[in-house]
Amino acid sequence: MTTAQKPTGAVGKPLDRVDGKTKTTGAAEFAAEHTYPGLAHAALVHATISRGRITALHTDDASAVPGVITVLTHRNAPPLEPVPKTSPLDLSSMVSGTSVDYLQTDEVYWDGQPIAVVVAENAAAANQAAALVRAEYAPSEAAVDFTGAEANARPQPSSPIMPAGAKKGDAEEALAAAPVALDLRFTTPPHNHNALEPHATVAVWDGDRLTVHEPTQAIDWFRAHLAARFGLPADDVRVLSPFVGGGFGGKGAVWPGTILTALAARATGRPVRLALSREGVYRTVGGRTPSIQRVAVGASHDGKLTALVHTSVTRTGRVGGFPEPVTTQSQHLYAAENILLEQKLVRLDLLPNIPMRAPGEAIGTFALECAIDELAYELDIDPIELRLRNEPEANPLDGKEFSLRTLAESYRQGAARFGWHERTPEPRSMRDGRWLVGMGAASAYHPAGYFTADITVRLSADGTVLVRCGFQEIGTGGATAQAQIAADALSVPFQAVHVEYGDSALPKGPFAGGSMQTATVAASLLEACKKLKRSLRTMARRTGGDSHEEVLRRANVPHIEAKVGSSTQLGRKSDQARFMLRLARDRRRWVRASTGAHFCQVRVDPDTGEVRVTRWTGVFSIGTVVNPKSAVSQLRGGIVMGLGMALSEETLVDPRTGRIMNPSLSEYHIPVHADVPPIDVSFLGTPDPTMPGGILGAGELGITGVAAAVANAVHHATGKRVRDLPISVDKLL
Amino acid sequence: MEISLRINGSAETLEVQPQVSLLDALRDQLGLTGTKKGCDQGACGACTVLSDGARITSCLALAVQYEGHEITTIEGVDHPLQEALVRADGLQCGYCTPGQICSAIGMLAEHKEGMASAVTEDDEVDELDEEEIRERMSGNLCRCGAYNGIVEAIKEVAG
Repeated sequence: MTTAQKPTGAVGKPLDRVDGKTKTTGAAEFAAEHTYPGLAHAALVHATISRGRITALHTDDASAVPGVITVLTHRNAPPLEPVPKTSPLDLSSMVSGTSVDYLQTDEVYWDGQPIAVVVAENAAAANQAAALVRAEYAPSEAAVDFTGAEANARPQPSSPIMPAGAKKGDAEEALAAAPVALDLRFTTPPHNHNALEPHATVAVWDGDRLTVHEPTQAIDWFRAHLAARFGLPADDVRVLSPFVGGGFGGKGAVWPGTILTALAARATGRPVRLALSREGVYRTVGGRTPSIQRVAVGASHDGKLTALVHTSVTRTGRVGGFPEPVTTQSQHLYAAENILLEQKLVRLDLLPNIPMRAPGEAIGTFALECAIDELAYELDIDPIELRLRNEPEANPLDGKEFSLRTLAESYRQGAARFGWHERTPEPRSMRDGRWLVGMGAASAYHPAGYFTADITVRLSADGTVLVRCGFQEIGTGGATAQAQIAADALSVPFQAVHVEYGDSALPKGPFAGGSMQTATVAASLLEACKKLKRSLRTMARRTGGDSHEEVLRRANVPHIEAKVGSSTQLGRKSDQARFMLRLARDRRRWVRASTGAHFCQVRVDPDTGEVRVTRWTGVFSIGTVVNPKSAVSQLRGGIVMGLGMALSEETLVDPRTGRIMNPSLSEYHIPVHADVPPIDVSFLGTPDPTMPGGILGAGELGITGVAAAVANAVHHATGKRVRDLPISVDKLL
Repeated sequence: MEISLRINGSAETLEVQPQVSLLDALRDQLGLTGTKKGCDQGACGACTVLSDGARITSCLALAVQYEGHEITTIEGVDHPLQEALVRADGLQCGYCTPGQICSAIGMLAEHKEGMASAVTEDDEVDELDEEEIRERMSGNLCRCGAYNGIVEAIKEVAG
């Protein structure tokens, strides 16, 4: 590990995660494990058409199963308030997975939509009964074939926060005039998050107060959504989410299971648990959109880019979905004279898509970074050298300042660590026994920013510090990192800090998304610590005393506390306004991102086309590295997910029926131990001067660029360009 | 039907339907929720426990088949691997971790007994190197991608 930081305090030290023991002893209690007296169990019945109406639902056989309490359908379910309209002025409105009013209508919007819920005394009875519900439908015409719908794509809705395109000069004209030009088409398939913990909900009503245990990446937004759907004040909803068994975006929205569990609990007057099966997750939790992308590049013979065109077609559902910002990285990576970026969308009768680790950049970097590699071969210039020749000094589109730009340094350090100079550029020129060997490189890019968070920090006379903020621990080691930051800010030992999180009863935490949680919580934490120190200084002037413990003892107060943020209605509104203003201001001033360079070595079996990734090096810039141990894990985790995307992952949607055909971990192949080589991760460690504590994001950066690095290495090994993910053996034979 | 199991050293008597999996019996009837359900079809390894020291996926095991066997779940494990995993950061969200630990303990015993793996050359069971560990642990998925840390921790305790 190389890092420019010299840790003097806790920040920058590779400390063990504070919840390590809880997680290695089986003591960590995940949502599905919460139990209550009288707990009933729910199971979902899923629609088997993509669009239409339910004409009959036969529930008698299901109701007759011993132990069944009720079968809820659109005919007998209690009412629900409609889904709140999405508004940029209320970020919590982004949390609706779909706009469907579950069990309030006979309409079906996707294959897999829940059309009934069985509640029973035990899970086995609920599951058995759910399988006995029979539905009859009047199907209507459905559009479910993504590739077939390409011609109908419309421009994505554009906003200042998420522009759907960008333009500089006339890229098409420059492309036509370029001495060397390539015009390429890439495709990526749908993906599913496949967090190892399937979504689960335990819902309990106490009069008109609702408590929900559920793994979520967005406790506060989740609570706001539930309150809106059940017509409650937000304070009457409590969401507990102390452990989240992996999220990757899939737990960043409210999906039908959650709403229906709370509805079932209200209907039966019983606490209800719904633990989704793996198939249930595929049918009711959106995944990553597929994409069709065009990347066209034009260059002079010495490798200066004169034209860069990147366009994308992705999909959303007719009842919701997230327009994926596929061309984001193409705004910022290369100093092309002319740039044209366009994102288009088709709307299909499928379960709406949702962000999955680095939405946009994960698939966008695949197309862009493969195209750059292809151009390098066309020009006979080393692919890294070509990137360095086009490294911009300011944002290529508009000349805006980069807050921190270290990509060239990542390439220089990475090339040395990896041994790039040993690579002979000719495809099929390197061998290891009978295996073909290839090396490939690609850039990693992920935008950075931060939300707002409320926090309280309490300093006690016994020397301990209590930090309280309702953020989410989704595996990043958040509590450990924030304890490190608090320890340094207050000059106390790391062990003296305790962090409470994962509960809506705590001060409002941020969404764990966009790789923004660590910086967001840090911003409020640092501000609160500053306030505390100010109060202490004031106190010390009166009491005297060398340490804060001494000051508090002399003042005869057990503790002092500092707060950032307000939970009142007005406080929340002004919070939101401040966030939007800051976002707009920051975007005018800087382009902020975490970046890095990937180096991949593969070997390919010349007879079977089997690709094995044998070596990996990544050098990244994530600003201040709060905890190098958990930060390395974040980057490795992204790279591992990228390996799956490159080589094996694909959600198969039947283009005739819209049904997901491989809703299981035995048919959707995520990387296993044997697929993952030792991954060498290092950081440049330069703090970003514009971010709280100098911290950029780490969670999503790792996956960006990975599939391109693999594809480029596969080309180097075999001479074959695979532009359609995943790079499965059939494409290499 | 009534069955007797020894779980983590103590005798337990359970009333179960014959189709109930060992996993569901552990989690729902005995409250041993450290063993996780990730797929319920033997594809992810999150439910791995030890039966008489051998690793099994408890979601594919019927509780009634294990009458008289000694079952060890994560709650009954006290092994240096647990601390080694924390040091090597071989976990993130923690959901697959109990299964990884039980599987690794079973795997170490298999190796000690001279059981070959798919990557053991000529079935000559030798040192447990990284390639062997990765191959032998491939039934335990980790979506957070903590594989490097898990392998490092196992190597340390196999030492």
